Amino acid sequence: MGKSGRYVKASALLILLGIAAALPWLLGKYQVRILTLAMAWTIATLSLNLILGYTGQASLAHGAFLGIGAYAFGIMVQRVGLNFWISLPLACVVTALLGLLVGLPSLRTKGPYFAIVTLCFNVIILKVFENWNWLSGGIQGQVVPRPAFLTQRWARYYFVLAFLLLTLVAMRLIVKSLLGVTLMSIRSNEDLAEAVGINSFRNKLLAFVISCFVVGLAGALLALENGQLDFTITNYLYSFYLLIYLLIGGVATLSGPVVGTIGLYFLLDYMKNIGIKGVEEFRYFLFGLILLLVIIFFPMGITGGVKRAWEWARGRFRKGEAGEVAG
Amino acid sequence: MSFFLNQVVIGIQLGSQYVMVALGLTLIFGILDISHFAHGHLYMVGAYLLYIVMVLWDVNYWLALLICMVALALAGILVERAVYRPLRGQPQINTFIAAIGLILMLETLVRGIQPKALSVPKPIDRTLEFAGVSMEVQRLIVIIGAILFIVALQLFIKRTRLGTAIEAVAQDREGASLVGINVNRISALTFAVATALAAAAAVLMAPLAFISPEMGGVLILKAFVIVVIGGLGSIKGAIFGGYILGLLEALAIAYVSSAYKDVFAFAVLIAILAVRPTGLFKGRD
Repeated sequence: MGKSGRYVKASALLILLGIAAALPWLLGKYQVRILTLAMAWTIATLSLNLILGYTGQASLAHGAFLGIGAYAFGIMVQRVGLNFWISLPLACVVTALLGLLVGLPSLRTKGPYFAIVTLCFNVIILKVFENWNWLSGGIQGQVVPRPAFLTQRWARYYFVLAFLLLTLVAMRLIVKSLLGVTLMSIRSNEDLAEAVGINSFRNKLLAFVISCFVVGLAGALLALENGQLDFTITNYLYSFYLLIYLLIGGVATLSGPVVGTIGLYFLLDYMKNIGIKGVEEFRYFLFGLILLLVIIFFPMGITGGVKRAWEWARGRFRKGEAGEVAG
Repeated sequence: MSFFLNQVVIGIQLGSQYVMVALGLTLIFGILDISHFAHGHLYMVGAYLLYIVMVLWDVNYWLALLICMVALALAGILVERAVYRPLRGQPQINTFIAAIGLILMLETLVRGIQPKALSVPKPIDRTLEFAGVSMEVQRLIVIIGAILFIVALQLFIKRTRLGTAIEAVAQDREGASLVGINVNRISALTFAVATALAAAAAVLMAPLAFISPEMGGVLILKAFVIVVIGGLGSIKGAIFGGYILGLLEALAIAYVSSAYKDVFAFAVLIAILAVRPTGLFKGRD
């Protein structure tokens, strides 16, 4: 990309940031809340993007890890009485450690096997939280108290926004680093990566643990915004939803998870509240249908589709502009 | 002792259901290399169709069995044609994701139409007593019915031209198409057979339990466990694996914990794959 292209990109990002910063004053209370939740989900989608998008391993255990992060945070703040700033990173570390334990056996398997094993793990976690009342708080669930500086709605919005930006920066650094290139080489051809001396298992495990750390953060932020948890937060359906947000947004991009998650989250919320009979009950039917159509016709998702359209349009433009120079 | 025997009977009956679902899955997975995750949800649709045909239309149970099998065979062909065939040649994970889309569609559709769990009456509502073991006739129907279907499937694959063609495609897709086998037709046929088998299992099982929109989810995971452990594409492996899992589960429910009945299979799978990442037996791969 040329210098001018970089300036265009930078200024576009700045404008987007400005809009994101101004939104709490432009939107109603309810929308701010939904947007805060959507941003927390985006962090979760970004975590899945690392292991699925860049490393090529379809983890269907991320719903479980989301719930584990949320519960670890809630239990530490409310039952143990730990400081907020200690609980938040500790919740991520707990999730990452569990990720290590799960990754060790499951990452030895490949392709759909890995997806099935991780899904099995998610069902186990769901059943444990469903039946072990001491852990999940039973029907009452687990209360998550908020610290004084986060009692305001807009404060939580900026708090989650800050973590979303942090996650995006971290993901960009990982993707551009040697680790990122290594992961992508494993995704495109694991045997070849092994042949050139890459320890694919260790790198996959590292990506999985980082991914679990991040999804733990997303869970803790969700818990914070909701103020209340029950065992359904560990549902494997959330693993499916994250997959859908990611695929529809666009795998292995950084903007895709953001566009996909926030867009779909708002769409689903809109359909829930539209008040037309039938739309609410059948909204996940549409969700499934969109997923099917995307995977069949646009495997690269929305951002991939836009990118291709943009390249196509630019190609036409260039051709008209200077045929003999470009060649 | 009679308690133990009762649990064994329940285990065999659970196993019958698992075998019939796992057989269809292993055919599709092993022969067409498609991780057909929505198979359990087609099973669920079969159970609801039984409710419509038998309870709402007041059709005889055995005729309803036939109707459900034919209807679901057609549904299987439709799924193969509309969802999986366009994805052929793409990474396997894409078919898996398409199946998740299908799952969401089917489950939401059924729950949107009928959110409550339903029950289907038993065709023969009697209980037999034998040597201290009491057994509902429906359990016997499940066990015997499963055996008949398993034998019929074996005969179909080993003794008929079409069945041999299925095996040929399984062994070598390109070779099969070289000798003039229409691979697309065999794909559709495999889906039809597998889905009809799932429908039969659903119809046999439905009078023994409530039917609900989410009944297919855990079932298909267990079927995957069976297929992975028994070896991909292995019919024998699916039969043994299914019965063993059913027995293990029935005994675990009785002697360990019923709240965790659904997790035993998955814990076993994770333990096995941790030691042998490609499954216990060598399947076709």
